[in-house]
Amino acid sequence: MARNDSAEAVKKSSKEVWSDIFNKYGIIIILFLIAALMSVATGGMFLKPINLMNVVRQISFIGLIGVGVTIIIITTGIDLSSGSVLALASVAAATFAHPAKDAAGQYIDAVGQYPLIVPVLVGLAVATLAGVINGLIIAYFELPPFIVTLGMMTAARGAAFLVTGGKPIGDFSDSFNFLGAGFVLGIPMPILLLIVMTIFSYIILNRTKFGRHIYALGGNEQAAIISGVNVKLIKIVVYGYASMLAGLAGISLAARIESGQPSAGLSFELDAIAAAVIGGTSQSTGGIGTVQGTIVGALIIGVINNGMTLMGVNSYWQQVVKAIIIVGAVLLDKKRRKS
Amino acid sequence: MSNNTDYVLELENVSKSFPGVQALKDVSLKVRKGTVHALMGENGAGKSTLMKIVVGVYTADPGGTIKIDGEPANYKNIGASIKHGVSMIFQELNPIPYMTVAENIYLNREPHKGLFVDFKQMIADTQALFDSLGIDNIKPTEKVYELTVAKKQMVEIAKAISYNSKLIIMDEPTSAITDKEVDHLFKMVRTLKKEKNVAFIFITHKMDEVFQITDEITVLRDGQYVGTDLASNSSRDKLIAWMVGREITQMFPKEEAEIGDVIMSCRGLTRNGVFKDVSFDLRKGEILGFAGLMGAGRTEVMEAIFGYTKLDAGEVYIHGKKVNITMPRDALKYHMALLTEDRKGTGCFLPLSIRDNMTVASVGDYTKGGFIRKKAMEKVCLEQKEKLAIKTPSMNQLIKNLSGGNQQKVLVARWLMTNPEILIVDEPTRGIDVGAKAEIHRLLSMMAKEGRAIIMISSELPEVMGMSDRIMVMHEGKITGEVSRKDANQTLIMQFATNTYVS
Repeated sequence: MARNDSAEAVKKSSKEVWSDIFNKYGIIIILFLIAALMSVATGGMFLKPINLMNVVRQISFIGLIGVGVTIIIITTGIDLSSGSVLALASVAAATFAHPAKDAAGQYIDAVGQYPLIVPVLVGLAVATLAGVINGLIIAYFELPPFIVTLGMMTAARGAAFLVTGGKPIGDFSDSFNFLGAGFVLGIPMPILLLIVMTIFSYIILNRTKFGRHIYALGGNEQAAIISGVNVKLIKIVVYGYASMLAGLAGISLAARIESGQPSAGLSFELDAIAAAVIGGTSQSTGGIGTVQGTIVGALIIGVINNGMTLMGVNSYWQQVVKAIIIVGAVLLDKKRRKS
Repeated sequence: MSNNTDYVLELENVSKSFPGVQALKDVSLKVRKGTVHALMGENGAGKSTLMKIVVGVYTADPGGTIKIDGEPANYKNIGASIKHGVSMIFQELNPIPYMTVAENIYLNREPHKGLFVDFKQMIADTQALFDSLGIDNIKPTEKVYELTVAKKQMVEIAKAISYNSKLIIMDEPTSAITDKEVDHLFKMVRTLKKEKNVAFIFITHKMDEVFQITDEITVLRDGQYVGTDLASNSSRDKLIAWMVGREITQMFPKEEAEIGDVIMSCRGLTRNGVFKDVSFDLRKGEILGFAGLMGAGRTEVMEAIFGYTKLDAGEVYIHGKKVNITMPRDALKYHMALLTEDRKGTGCFLPLSIRDNMTVASVGDYTKGGFIRKKAMEKVCLEQKEKLAIKTPSMNQLIKNLSGGNQQKVLVARWLMTNPEILIVDEPTRGIDVGAKAEIHRLLSMMAKEGRAIIMISSELPEVMGMSDRIMVMHEGKITGEVSRKDANQTLIMQFATNTYVS
């Protein structure tokens, strides 16, 4: 009898160990499972280094937006405008990214008309401004973030078309193109930007007062106010920062495709929100979420897209499968939280 | 009736485990028909869990038996238990706010006329129900969000009766209602038990009420059954000993502190329609009690002083200088702290860890070059944990997993870490168990001794009299009396609180 008891105790604890591991690394395990599945289904094509690099590069724009929207969702907000802000920043930067002309009026590709810093700053400034406007309206007029950013989504898209008269803007200097197509230490620029901004955001969220106050605001806004947290400032900064990241993605995307497109980034915000939610950021309760989780979420989306494309799955089906995985991931997460 | 047992509810060897926690172990409980049964115990003793098993919110572990009216009952959800005549009225009442009283009572069984809901009939039924219960201050057409907590409770009881309930379980029914409302509630309970043979289970912390209303008392401790006794056979001391497993010799360990200079003066504080012309001084080392009935405006005064809401008139002086506090951040700069009465609503960050909850107001003190020095912060957190005897294995534990008493201690720690000169505590021991209560009292005494000035709002007269050096009494937004520690007695304070004092 006693032996039986202890055997059962051991069994239970090993079960608990597994559930602990799953709770902590569940989403990463799912990523590897899906990746393994894709590797088998594509006969190893998926695992080729060049393809893996492609997967990460493809998600880097969604990833950048995702990092921003994660922070916003932690505060119980939402940002629907990031895809449009990306487009606006990309055309704004593109306007200042042409090469200089020689005496004959021909482009000298190697030299920019303005120093590289100009198009970058213009792009980031326009994007950040859009976000700060979101934040100001949300903080001071206390309108729902869904409505405010829905408005900005339309306005920024319209502004992007206005800037270009509806046409894409091309012909960039080499230095500008480097921001999308270049490599540093063998890492493509968009991936490098994603890595740097993710680490930066992680540190802000976890190692600074400002970051902890973001979680506090999301956890209970009224308690945060009473604890002396400057919730209005946090909202403004958070929306501004998320938009700046969208702007960065827009600049990098324009440089990568060598064209500033007013129609770029259509519905990117939804993929970014999906990445955040798959990565464990809670849409229903504030105060819960991590940027590293969002990166894993974005990778899951990227792996599914890429694997299915390699397998020749019809792109309409891809959308359906993606939807199932997003909702499934959230369902799993809800179950995990309950236990 | 359908059976011949004396008991409406019989539980035998009921156990319940959650992952990592044994919440209940072999608990037995018998409740006689037409009686009021108190279920007592410290927070975390398993009272609510046990009751939630009865009504089907939780499922008990296999092994025990649950009988209602002598019939085995294992309800799968609250709907099933209501149909069988067992209702539970939760501490946080959850009616649907923007629907009417009648709609709430007849939710999911609306009378119909053809395809459409027959509102006339519904309202008439509700009125008839209220008439039979002697409820004359609630209209069936009122929207529920406009009702006071006490009225919401009445609605819930009426709803339970409309289902022909033979057992109504109430979780801390009197924790948020006034004494007058308590009397009304108890009158209704007595009538229902006599006329309709309804049994009640009260989960409660309040001793006075236990002896006033209940027939039998059962005590749980750490998820286990301790004992049951007739109320007429028990005493306060015996019950406390049962609950904590030890005798508490002194409930209010107020120690004399040296009372110094005036640190804060309030003059003519007014918030239109809420409170008017409130003036008082607060001294170093003093515990200044604020007594009064619910709705007297005490909380509102403190929230306005702290900058959480706005003052329409009046001045606040700190160290003799006029200050302009427009938001809590300003108050923090003047070394003020406010422990709010609504632990869940304005206190805890439920999804966050104990560490985050503790450090939110002081995290800036532990940064160097903008970065948090984790080790230094952790050290202070652990010191607070020791000092306040917070029961948790780790600072990473989420605060929502703690008992109410431990949550309150974390919030006290939050404010201690800001090193406040003026500490305002609003109902600091509401809804927490006797052990934690004594510790909170000890802490308040200790802080006063350290030279801090403390304002304590409390609706429990023994607490406010036991802890305060001086007591301000409020009635309907005005200060109606000031009583010194040596003059304080319940009658006098109640006279001020009801504005019936005649000098």
